[in-house]
Amino acid sequence: MDFPVELLINAIIAGVLLGGFYVAVTVGVSISFGMLDIVNIAHPAFIILGSYLAYILNSRMDVDPVLAGLLMLPVFYALGASIYQVYYVSFEMRGREALSGLAFFFGILFITEVALILVFGVDYRYVEAAYIGPTLRFAFVDLPYRLLVPCVLALTMLAVLQLYLSRTFVGRAIMAVSQDQGALALMAADPIKIKRIAFGISIATAALAGAFLIIIQPVEPSVGREYIGRVFAICVLGGLGSLPGTVIGAMILGIMESITATFYGPSWAPAVSFGFLLLTLAFRPSGLLGR
Amino acid sequence: MTAAPLLQVDQVGKRFGGFVALDGINLSVAPGERLGLIGPNGSGKSTLVNCICGTLQNETGSVQFEGRKMDGLAAHQRTILGLARSFQLPRPFHSMSVADNLRIPLLYAVKARSGSHVAKADADERCVEYLRLVGLDHKAQKQPRDLTQVEMRKLELARAMASEPKLLIADESMAGLSHSEIDDILKLLVRLSERGITIVLIEHIMSAVMSFSQRLVVLVSGKKIADGKPDEVVRNPEVEKAYLG
Amino acid sequence: MQSRIFLVVCIAVAAAIFAFARWLGSEYLFFAGYVVVQFVVLATAWNILGGYCGYVNFGSAAFFALGAYTSVFFHKTYPLPVPLLILLGGIVSGIVGFGMGYLTLRLRGAFFAIATLALAVVLQTLIINWNYVGGSRGAYTIRPPSIDILGATLPYMQYLFLLMLLLAVVAIMAARTIERSRLGFGFATIRDDELAAEACGVPTLRLKLIATTLSGALMGMAGAPFPYYIAYIEPSSAFGLAYAVNSIAMPMIGGTGTWIGPLIGALLLGSIQEVARVTISSAVNLLIVGVLLVSFVIIAPNGIVGLVQDRLRARKK
Repeated sequence: MDFPVELLINAIIAGVLLGGFYVAVTVGVSISFGMLDIVNIAHPAFIILGSYLAYILNSRMDVDPVLAGLLMLPVFYALGASIYQVYYVSFEMRGREALSGLAFFFGILFITEVALILVFGVDYRYVEAAYIGPTLRFAFVDLPYRLLVPCVLALTMLAVLQLYLSRTFVGRAIMAVSQDQGALALMAADPIKIKRIAFGISIATAALAGAFLIIIQPVEPSVGREYIGRVFAICVLGGLGSLPGTVIGAMILGIMESITATFYGPSWAPAVSFGFLLLTLAFRPSGLLGR
Repeated sequence: MTAAPLLQVDQVGKRFGGFVALDGINLSVAPGERLGLIGPNGSGKSTLVNCICGTLQNETGSVQFEGRKMDGLAAHQRTILGLARSFQLPRPFHSMSVADNLRIPLLYAVKARSGSHVAKADADERCVEYLRLVGLDHKAQKQPRDLTQVEMRKLELARAMASEPKLLIADESMAGLSHSEIDDILKLLVRLSERGITIVLIEHIMSAVMSFSQRLVVLVSGKKIADGKPDEVVRNPEVEKAYLG
Repeated sequence: MQSRIFLVVCIAVAAAIFAFARWLGSEYLFFAGYVVVQFVVLATAWNILGGYCGYVNFGSAAFFALGAYTSVFFHKTYPLPVPLLILLGGIVSGIVGFGMGYLTLRLRGAFFAIATLALAVVLQTLIINWNYVGGSRGAYTIRPPSIDILGATLPYMQYLFLLMLLLAVVAIMAARTIERSRLGFGFATIRDDELAAEACGVPTLRLKLIATTLSGALMGMAGAPFPYYIAYIEPSSAFGLAYAVNSIAMPMIGGTGTWIGPLIGALLLGSIQEVARVTISSAVNLLIVGVLLVSFVIIAPNGIVGLVQDRLRARKK
């Protein structure tokens, strides 16, 4: 049998590009769950929100989707900071994160999806830009620009974040708060304010991730739910709170999904990420690059 | 030592990533003994307690209780066998009353051990008795959040006692207490000891440890550096340097 | 109240409701009533694991759908009477609940919750790709017009409603019995402080497995008659998010501490949703549920039952 090497290589490369995009999707949760211990399962809802906002800016005002994402960064940051404030006062202070906190985010996830259905309906929405469509070709290797651009930008975003976390005072305070709140307080930095900033950053990444998402594929409101499994699968795979680990986890998942979709059909793709997540949780919860 | 040890800890080791918390600890506790365990903060005392009681699993070495190997046994199984501990930071069950907190070990540990049902009236009586022992009977129907720090500490001890153990590890129950309160707890522990319960006292308050212990063990940086009569151990130069100095 | 007396009261109430509905004679009432009572079962089942033990299950829809698809499978292979299907649905979902629990209960609560979500998606994908039960195209289950029991002829919809009422009695009895038993105490310690529970001799893993199995089984039982109720079943509605949200929202709004909370939550929310669905639209009714969930969780974390208890306690002082 003629083993379809070219098909496999293209599947792997598509998987790598997809993995890059998954980094953008996951980095927010790596911060909120990995560093702040907040189980924000509504993160994909914010991403979809970002996608729809990019769609509005693109279809009404011809704004490039990536630019739209960048414009929304401060808005999403503010949104994240306010949500953290509510979360802190209602749950963290009362010690009820386990049950009520989870239900809270689940409710937000749900409300966002239903609200989007009410406003936009269930039709697929997409954006238009010069780089969506053409493909870069090297021999038999296909690099669609609509996958390449988000991948490159996502990895750039990750690099910027990693620099921020390791070089600036606030960034290092964020890393510290994940390990020892008490020590941070002694350093005259308010842990609550630091966590608020961190959560704001976490949600801000969703703005860009959403823009990337709608570049890669058309979206409709329930698309977010598929990403819950992916996001947490990558986090657990790559080790919570480790940004480099997120890249590795994202790549592995991207490649696995791409190969499955290419050879077995796309209807099995969600099972890949969620199944992988289940197996990892069952056998190696601290991830391959545990903290 | 003529009688077989109640608790035998052989070469127990535990690491967290690259950090060695326990490095080959050897320890024997005879039945009915009153053992004191001291060491600076971070020396591994709590880790040792966790490994003995099953909250953590030790990587090397073994723990034997009444001659039986504990490796792989879950914490609740060890409690049922008669090994109990109180937590350094009190961990009461917040949604239940003080009395109900004590009911749990009776309903689970004691029942599993005897195989028979503990009648409700009997359980109620025993709860009240333990509460009276620690001086909390007037607060039986209160919630843990209504207790003072000191009272929570006593509740923690009472709950460990309610599982009717053969060996009780009291993990720093006296921190922050006044002299008279420390005396109360000491008297209580002595009374338990007179009933035949073996007690391991982990403390920082030297006067209490010295007056209570028949034998003293010192832990520093995950290693046991001394094990013997209290006045001898205290005069040991290594102990002085590492801990008291 | 003695448990035996309570059981008699429950059955009497169920019989009274059924008789009243027959007297009113509206077919719509049986349709809508079935859904509300079904939610009572789902909410009560969820609460056994979520409210009593503190472990959040986001995959309620999966257990419900498994019960439904067990019925579809037997309908195509060898039709069985619905009460037997309910039992089978319960067994299948119970086994899956046990298996899932065994794989994931050693994890922290947050990971467990995520795992339940993952399980729901995996099961849905498996069903979508299983053509024998219709796959993504769905399956038709013809509802017989009526059934003869005990000499009387009952319209089938009324029969299903009666079965669901009885199932609700079973669920509530189970929840109440657990609450008052040693098991209930054990569950509460798991919710409060699992580490301390272990130190007190509570076999936490075993208890958690009991909770997931029982909770899953009850949800499966609720799902078993569903194909006959709705006549056409397909994965995206059976596994729908509406079931996940409602099974969480109803106990949390009603109050998670006792069996009364899920009952109140289901009756209240179920009715509100039905009214909204009929007067406005079905998307809006889901929005209402979501908003109520978030509001209650922030403002009244102990639910309606908690608010009433606080009011009573304040009055005592």
